[in-house]
Amino acid sequence: MEKRHTLSVLVENTPGALARIAGLFSGRGFNIDSLCVAETLDPTLSHMTLVTHGDEQIIEQIIKQLRRLIDVYKVVNVTEEKEYVEREMALIKVRAEKEYREEIFRICEIFRCKIVDVSPRNYILEVTGDKEKLEAVIELLKPIGIKEIARTGIIAMKREKKTT
Amino acid sequence: MTGAKMIVEILKRENVEVIFGYPGGAVIDIYDELYRTSEIKHVLVRHEQGAAHAADGYARSTGKVGVALVTSGPGSTNTVTGIATAYMDSIPIVVFTGQVPTKLIGNDAFQEVDTTGITRPITKHNFLVKSVEDLPRILKSAFYIAKTGRPGPVVVDIPKDVQQGKAEFNYPEQIQLRSYNPTYEPHIKQVEKAYTLLEEAERPVLLLGGGVISSGASEEATKLAELLNLPVTMTLMGLGSFPGDHDQSLGMLGMHGTYYANMAIAHCDVLLAVGARFDDRVTGKVDAFAPGAKIIHIDIDPSSIQKNVKVHIPIVGDCKRTLTKLLEIIKYAGKPKKYWKERFREWWEQIEIWRKRYPLSYKNDPNYIKPQFVIEKLYELTKGEAIIATEVGQNQMWTAQYYKFKYPRTLITSGGLGTMGFGFPASIGAQIGNPNKLVIDIAGDGSIQMNIQELATAMEQKLPIKIVILNNGYLGMVRQWQELFYGKRYSYVKFHVLPDFVKLAEAYGAVGMKIDKPHEVEPALKKMLEINTLVILDVHIAPEEDVFPMVPAGKATTEMILV
Repeated sequence: MEKRHTLSVLVENTPGALARIAGLFSGRGFNIDSLCVAETLDPTLSHMTLVTHGDEQIIEQIIKQLRRLIDVYKVVNVTEEKEYVEREMALIKVRAEKEYREEIFRICEIFRCKIVDVSPRNYILEVTGDKEKLEAVIELLKPIGIKEIARTGIIAMKREKKTT
Repeated sequence: MTGAKMIVEILKRENVEVIFGYPGGAVIDIYDELYRTSEIKHVLVRHEQGAAHAADGYARSTGKVGVALVTSGPGSTNTVTGIATAYMDSIPIVVFTGQVPTKLIGNDAFQEVDTTGITRPITKHNFLVKSVEDLPRILKSAFYIAKTGRPGPVVVDIPKDVQQGKAEFNYPEQIQLRSYNPTYEPHIKQVEKAYTLLEEAERPVLLLGGGVISSGASEEATKLAELLNLPVTMTLMGLGSFPGDHDQSLGMLGMHGTYYANMAIAHCDVLLAVGARFDDRVTGKVDAFAPGAKIIHIDIDPSSIQKNVKVHIPIVGDCKRTLTKLLEIIKYAGKPKKYWKERFREWWEQIEIWRKRYPLSYKNDPNYIKPQFVIEKLYELTKGEAIIATEVGQNQMWTAQYYKFKYPRTLITSGGLGTMGFGFPASIGAQIGNPNKLVIDIAGDGSIQMNIQELATAMEQKLPIKIVILNNGYLGMVRQWQELFYGKRYSYVKFHVLPDFVKLAEAYGAVGMKIDKPHEVEPALKKMLEINTLVILDVHIAPEEDVFPMVPAGKATTEMILV
């Protein structure tokens, strides 16, 4: 059965590493739904959060092929962990003529968005949450008029045990 | 010390005895250092593709890392086919490519190409060296990565200013890479499970692949097969890992495998696969491959397991160490050879019925030389003691079927990529690595022309390679497919012009011979083997002879076309 999987990948912070991973996905016909890369506390390692989909066998191959790359230090299938946190941020530029402002404020309040830029006819909203929340905000803003969206892609982290 | 000097110094420390190369502007500093040393032999090829294949053939036949050195731009792109060939067959080579000075990288400079970008998907790993200080660590890593784990090609791209730059030279004795730790030791519980399954088996088959050869596990595999009385079949890459003349050998399986090997696979209840990756040419239609079998799969590369077929007992580990563990468990369990012989008696009776029903066969013809006959005679005359390189196509399959490879590292063939033009340059590498052995390249009239320029290299190095061209005037394997599956529409597979291979040999100072009658085969082969220099033997064979058995692509391996 096809399922969405979020993979957390630690890679050596070398120039070719991102190209290797992107090339692996295109070369072997795997899907990338989103990819997010940034430094870690250790400057020699980068952290990648990769969202992909496929059946069990394909996901197993993706993980094995990633581990096979010399630059890949660690791969965790976060989706397999029982408890994990997933977040994505979006900047949404929305039409903000007078008649819409009330509605925008209300949406912002419900979804805890921040207005980070104000111009006479447009607002830029910052919204953080899981994929579903972001999509809900976007759906509600669409009738008002979205001019531009920039999304970070998903980042994820495993939760620690609540009891000791 | 300059970067160029470091490179040559490192080659010595890595015990590299020979490199295959072609000079150019971006490697001239390395060549200047090579000029000053006598410890490393340099073989000047005539085309960079030849350098990569020769390094590959050297690695396959000796088990050591093969090394090639080429310039930037076209020098580097010309090695691409050779690198991909080595990658598909997991052969350890290190290819050094020159690069334009770091300051010019990205400027579309003269003879600049993004070598690491181009070779990324066809190497185990590659490096662009950005400063001379990094050279020792990177070169140590390159050799280490190439030969450990599942071996493979590594490319090191070295800009000209890095070769000219100076730094203190400290070559690490050992290297640890935190992100690269191949698993050599198998999980003992898994090996125990494998034994239990073999104990319960009634119709087992042992399938050996190229991994058995690269890990040096032939002895253990043979011991295991003999102790447990297992029928043994091999992939193309596995030929020679178990003696082809052994009673228990069923020969090669798959698309052009033997009837009895494919039948045994189709009916077995336990399949022990060692160092094989279940390529589509081996499995045919995957759903119909060993349908009733529980599969034990031993491989050092976890990604090979569960990739193409469903495996019941996966064992990640080095083939040699895993088989050694399995043999220990068998010894401890204490069942004698006699027990196993009795246990699989019925299974063997069935296999013998298959073996008698459709042995490998062909019909001799008084007017035409049959290629199978040529290979059989060559096997007889060389007593199976030669190193045989092949090109790709019908010549390769006839060789795999009719030359009974007795030892590992004696068949040098491009299995995964299927590279025409591989065999001859690879045989140059094999002959250089094995100066006292007989090296023969079995070629087709198509593929020999793909790297024919290396005749000059072989003559310059005084290599007594024997080239046997199975000349049918066609791209034979494609013609065979067109005959069988495309209504005999022979679309552009006939060569209307072929060189006179005898004159061609002579033009290079070699010996050329041509035969076209069956009775000439044995005397010509004998004569060829007596000559102490390079010989091209142009054998005009039956033009439309096919390779059988054949499993049509995508069909079950039991659906063989037999004659």
